[in-house]
Amino acid sequence: MIIDPHAHMISRTTDDYEAMAKAGIVAVIEPAFWLGQARTNVGSFIDYFSLISGFERFRAGQFGIRHYCTIGLNPKEANNEPLAEAVLDVLPRFLAKEGVVAMGELGYDEQTPAEDRALRAQIELAKEFDLPIMIHTPHRDKHAGTLRTMDVLKEHNFDPARCVIDHNNEETIRDVLERGYWLGFSIYPQTKMGSERMAVLVENYGPERLIVNSACDWGVSDPLAVAKTARLMAQRGVSAEAIRKVVYGNALAVYGLNGEMREEHWLAPAPIDQRTLYEGNSVLRGGQTPRIEQPGRPVDELRIT
Amino acid sequence: MANAPHRFRNGRSENAVLDGFLALADEWIARAADAGGAEWFRSATNDIVHAANDRTLGVAIGLAPRRLGKADLALTDDDRQRAAALRPGFDPSDWSIDQLARVAFMIASHDGNDVAFAARFDSFCSSAALNELIALCRGLPLYPGAALIEPRAREAVRSGMKPVFEAVAHNNPYPGEVFGEDAWNHMVVKALFIGSSLWPVQGLDARANPHLARMLVDLARERWAAGRPVSAELWRCVAPYADAEGVAALTRVWQGGEGKDRLAIALALQHPAGASVDLPFREEVVQFKTRLAAEKIGWRDVA
Ligand SMILES: [Zn+2]
Repeated sequence: MIIDPHAHMISRTTDDYEAMAKAGIVAVIEPAFWLGQARTNVGSFIDYFSLISGFERFRAGQFGIRHYCTIGLNPKEANNEPLAEAVLDVLPRFLAKEGVVAMGELGYDEQTPAEDRALRAQIELAKEFDLPIMIHTPHRDKHAGTLRTMDVLKEHNFDPARCVIDHNNEETIRDVLERGYWLGFSIYPQTKMGSERMAVLVENYGPERLIVNSACDWGVSDPLAVAKTARLMAQRGVSAEAIRKVVYGNALAVYGLNGEMREEHWLAPAPIDQRTLYEGNSVLRGGQTPRIEQPGRPVDELRIT
Repeated sequence: MANAPHRFRNGRSENAVLDGFLALADEWIARAADAGGAEWFRSATNDIVHAANDRTLGVAIGLAPRRLGKADLALTDDDRQRAAALRPGFDPSDWSIDQLARVAFMIASHDGNDVAFAARFDSFCSSAALNELIALCRGLPLYPGAALIEPRAREAVRSGMKPVFEAVAHNNPYPGEVFGEDAWNHMVVKALFIGSSLWPVQGLDARANPHLARMLVDLARERWAAGRPVSAELWRCVAPYADAEGVAALTRVWQGGEGKDRLAIALALQHPAGASVDLPFREEVVQFKTRLAAEKIGWRDVA
């Protein structure tokens, strides 16, 4: 079983959902982020938050995948200050909703004062609503931006054990691990982090608090990245237990903290869910213990049950 | 009803249905939830009644499943009778605890102003998560100012999410009472179009009409052209008002269809309007009447 804890599914096709279910993905987390183009009014944000907590959740269920989301104002769009204020005002409407497992993606883009204000206001909201946080680390000036984000979290007394710092690489892993945070790694086909590099990191640093995701969105990205990385790690001899942690257990531990994401949702779905929202996942019928199939099979047939 | 919680009436005008429903909800939730959950429900309801803005309501609606769980209410026959006595057609048989609480919270926010309530309901539906929307729509027959919330009810019926559609269309007296003919007809056709069922729709026979019959015949012909099956339930709203094309379709089904289709047509022809439809196979239908009665066959059986 695999959880992809960072997947922008509104950008993906039904083929992707089918392939993900086939590859053993039982749950995805859809973080609120920007859409590739700036929004011009608060209504667009309301509709987006409603979409990722409503229709997309339903759509995923039709393919046997449980869908959760994070809610937040992303750093890029925090720079439109009047709009950012309006978005911060409507956020509380969404934070107590079913299936909302964290606030995110929060953090910095260009590290402007406006981004800083939005980040701090949302850290306080996360505390008020008892939600973990998913941090988006900046693409540019990454190392400094990551350190600064962790400093701000510390200033607000936010517990690192309730926070995932995402989009890590070889440059950031040591600092983030030392400070006690969970670490997300987005596996991209060409940039950021590849499966090979990820496998080496797990070998060198161990699986504790490391979390693999695909960050699949509207750009060049691969919704099977987590499954492929798991297979590569198996081929390189990483233990099944370690693989299970980085592609399943760790994500469940931190994003399950507020009780909205639970293993029973896909192992033993409530009858009312099966009747309406969730079609069930045939991948699980063979048994509930994670099992990584023989290396060397074609990727299309990859199945981690 | 000796223990009706009077605190719900603080600052509100009397409304027998709303107060009666809140009393039932309080009793059923106390019975179905654990002590902590029941206490949370009471204090959240009380907070909503006295709240200055809608944030309290939003958080309570959001948290309901986390605090109360999602178990079925498991109502008794007596419970069901009390529900129907409170509000004819109200049928919470398959409601879960969190759904009941969410509807109760929405209703507790009514402060006597139906227009403000309708605006609040609309606003909550527009930002509702999936399960919230399903629950809020199930409450439609209970809300005050039925006509004011009709646009939102129609919006839910337009939804591409089957459980949201069914929250309005099934086991719910609201559409039959409030929807105009066009809205009603589209709801019935859509139920079959999306593979849902008709037997849980209330008021079907009373609201059958010639226009609906024609739309359904069109749907059947489209399905036949595509080589796809046609639900036997479709004929329920065709048989009483069949025109020439309807009669042709019914005849085709009667002659070539399965036993289920014949039972459905025989059932549908029990509608008073069915007596005047000129059918070439009417003699054969008579034989089915005894069977329908003897075996107590109903619409649920042919779905
Ligand atoms: Zn992202």
